[in-house]
Amino acid sequence: MIEPSKEYVVQMHGITKRFGSFCALNEMNLDVKSGTIHSLLGENGAGKSTLMNVLYGLYQADEGEIFLKGEKVEVKNPSDAIKLGIGMVHQHFMLLEKFTVVQNIILGDECISHLGMVDMKKARKDVMEIANKYGLHIDPDAKISDITVGMQQKVEILKALYRGAELLILDEPTAVLTPQEIQELIKIMKNLIDSGKAIIIITHKLKEIKAASDICTIVCRGKYIDTVDVKSTTESELAALMVGHDVNLVVDKSPAEPKETILEIENLVVENEKKMDAVKGLSLNVRKGEIVGIAGIDGNGQKELMDALSGFIKAKSGTIKINGKEIQNTTPRNIIDSGISIIPEDRHKRGLVLEFGVFENAVLNKYRKMPYSKKGILNQKAMEQFTNELIQECDVRPAGCTYDHAGNLSGGNQQKLIIGREVSNNPELLIAVQPTRGLDVGAIESVHKTLVRERDKGKAILLISFELDEVMNLSDTIAVIYDGKIQDTFLQGTVDENTLGLLMAGGRNHVHE
Amino acid sequence: MYMNKIAQILKKSVFRTLAAIVLGLFVAGIILAVAGYPPLRSMLALGKGIFSSPKYVSNVLIKSTPIIFTGLSVAFAFKTGLFNIGVEGQFIVGCLASTLVGITLDLPPVIQVPLVLLAGLVAGAAYGGMIGVLKAKFGIHEVISGIMLNWIALYLSNYICILEPFRKGDSNGTYQVSEASKTLILGAWKNTDDGRNFLKGIPILGEAFLKTDVNIGFLAAVIMAILLAVLLKKTTKGFELRAVGYNKYSAEAVGIDIKKNIIDVMLISGAVAGLGAALYITGNTPHKITVLSAFEGMGINGLPVALIAGSSPVGCILSGLLFGGLMYGGQALQYEVGAPTEIINIVIGIIVFFVAIMKGVPRLLLKIPRRGGKHVK
Repeated sequence: MIEPSKEYVVQMHGITKRFGSFCALNEMNLDVKSGTIHSLLGENGAGKSTLMNVLYGLYQADEGEIFLKGEKVEVKNPSDAIKLGIGMVHQHFMLLEKFTVVQNIILGDECISHLGMVDMKKARKDVMEIANKYGLHIDPDAKISDITVGMQQKVEILKALYRGAELLILDEPTAVLTPQEIQELIKIMKNLIDSGKAIIIITHKLKEIKAASDICTIVCRGKYIDTVDVKSTTESELAALMVGHDVNLVVDKSPAEPKETILEIENLVVENEKKMDAVKGLSLNVRKGEIVGIAGIDGNGQKELMDALSGFIKAKSGTIKINGKEIQNTTPRNIIDSGISIIPEDRHKRGLVLEFGVFENAVLNKYRKMPYSKKGILNQKAMEQFTNELIQECDVRPAGCTYDHAGNLSGGNQQKLIIGREVSNNPELLIAVQPTRGLDVGAIESVHKTLVRERDKGKAILLISFELDEVMNLSDTIAVIYDGKIQDTFLQGTVDENTLGLLMAGGRNHVHE
Repeated sequence: MYMNKIAQILKKSVFRTLAAIVLGLFVAGIILAVAGYPPLRSMLALGKGIFSSPKYVSNVLIKSTPIIFTGLSVAFAFKTGLFNIGVEGQFIVGCLASTLVGITLDLPPVIQVPLVLLAGLVAGAAYGGMIGVLKAKFGIHEVISGIMLNWIALYLSNYICILEPFRKGDSNGTYQVSEASKTLILGAWKNTDDGRNFLKGIPILGEAFLKTDVNIGFLAAVIMAILLAVLLKKTTKGFELRAVGYNKYSAEAVGIDIKKNIIDVMLISGAVAGLGAALYITGNTPHKITVLSAFEGMGINGLPVALIAGSSPVGCILSGLLFGGLMYGGQALQYEVGAPTEIINIVIGIIVFFVAIMKGVPRLLLKIPRRGGKHVK
């Protein structure tokens, strides 16, 4: 343990936090040096966020001490933390959609003029000053609902800086960003460091740790594992430290043996909620025994494509065929019955009923079939038995969670539950949207393995992901979506990241022209 | 440490509700005291007004029956994510339809009773279903359409009940439903000499039967509660309804037809209210409807019943009984201590209030000792 000293912005020593009988943090240590970007690496549920919530005053530690610049402090609540110069950007942004950027930033800390009115002019000026100082380019008068997720993140960072944060905690900052936005974020972080701030990022993306941070502390199951210098540690070493065993970072798979076409999308046009065309004449085929990955930046028609494929909204024109049968504009049930299973992007919104038990979620797509029900009466025993098998087969933890609320499972285990459920339907086409979003390395590996295994069984797999690495690693065929159309398709290994990145951003593909 | 224990106990909703009821009565006592009435004597009077005679107990059961039905109607819709404030209207059209059929037809009871009950049930279902259709097809919020339809039901009922041939003479109400429509138990027989003499010989039940309108309603309410509980928990339909209630997006994604389920819920919810209405008409004097100047509140009272029950169908029986008991026993407050019966509405309001805030109490209790502990250090 390092003695409390001025050199360190934050030192957390021997932090223990229990929730009931569960020990979320067990004598955790963290020492963050001034002028560094310090990453906190660990699997889901390892205790990273808990530790940061203790620092930010959202939780109180049962044991342990916190020092800021060598001085012992007590953080009872977030406003204490803010006063002490700690700022946190949560994974899910806390912004008001209908407010403008400046309004959001000053909310709760408004400058008041003599008449008791909010002095917007001064607020705007102050905000712009800070923004320019750190190279955070924003449109101060835009409404939050009109700006991109990357912009919203900048607003969150500005919010913390506006309150005088010297130490910034970023919880999973890259989870929702495009590669370009990630680059920009890294640049901003470096700017902040140069002007004397310190940053802690919570993440499980190894690549970004390598790219952005200087020091990395690894957490595993609530325990401190090690603090390493990022420059001299490889990605696989980091992964192994995090998971506790060696991890295969590259997806292990044999070449695809595609057979007949299952899914045919032809000239599909779909409108978004604002009645504007979002999918603009998209065509795509997926064959048995191959994984087709759609790479692209969020907001290029993926959501509308998925809504049409799921049967939530009608296609304006064009066809979607499965085994030659047209399925656009039928009901979701019809689509499921014709052999499509979907792993949805938002597992809380579309995948699970969180208030339901695990067993009810496990049969959510088959409760009407024998043996789970008979003549409209549910068969509890069959449901339970199936769930127990699924829990075991897909390694859903904790074991024996059959009757727990699905909302009590961790994100990775919820995802395993959904994937297990969808795969058990034995679909001909499996569509996975962002299947590893928010998951840790161990869970990602398991999801990828499942997808490859299903492919090898001869299923057709369509993968939609905003993570270029995932698409490049996993897909046999890579299709790039931009502006509602497939710009180009490549076989795996015949294209590099730069070409794809350019196409994703709307650039022309010079190779083909 | 004992705080922890209390917190653990209060995590169970049953105990939470009980605590809310006790607190509600306690606060009512304070209010009585402030208003200048002896609180303890008032509470005793209330208790006496409920339990001291078989007649009272029987009347409590009878009075509770319709609000148990409307409570069930509301609770069922709640469970599936809908707020059926239109239950008042469904109850009114249920009364109307069953009265009309009960006046018009005069068949043997074996056919007549089911027909009259069915009329109420179908009318309630149709009226509730309308709200469902409006929501499913046009996206109109069920609270808006429900409130509107309540008024329409009120004036529709007022209009029809003084129409020929239903209106009785110059009165502002209809004729009674035919004798064969009534769902009283031993209704006709207990008015004969034989029946009267026989019942007089039975100690407790005898009095209840002779002095009150004992009818099949309460029994039907219990059966309905069990049916609804089974429907929700044990059937695929209930599975779908609950899934839609908790998360309609996930439900849609696994192929459940949300719109159809919204309509189904409102049909069932309305049917329960309508059946309760039919049983109310056929089981209680005056067995007819009259022009109403305002809502009777049979439906609206179902809302607190469902709230206190935490939307559990079986819980609705208990909370309905509590409600009925307070309403009926509350009359005793007036003639025993002279307190206004409005105090009962205050009690009910306070209980609902405590039920609502009790959910946060366990967490609050767990926080207190920790704060205290810090000071000790």
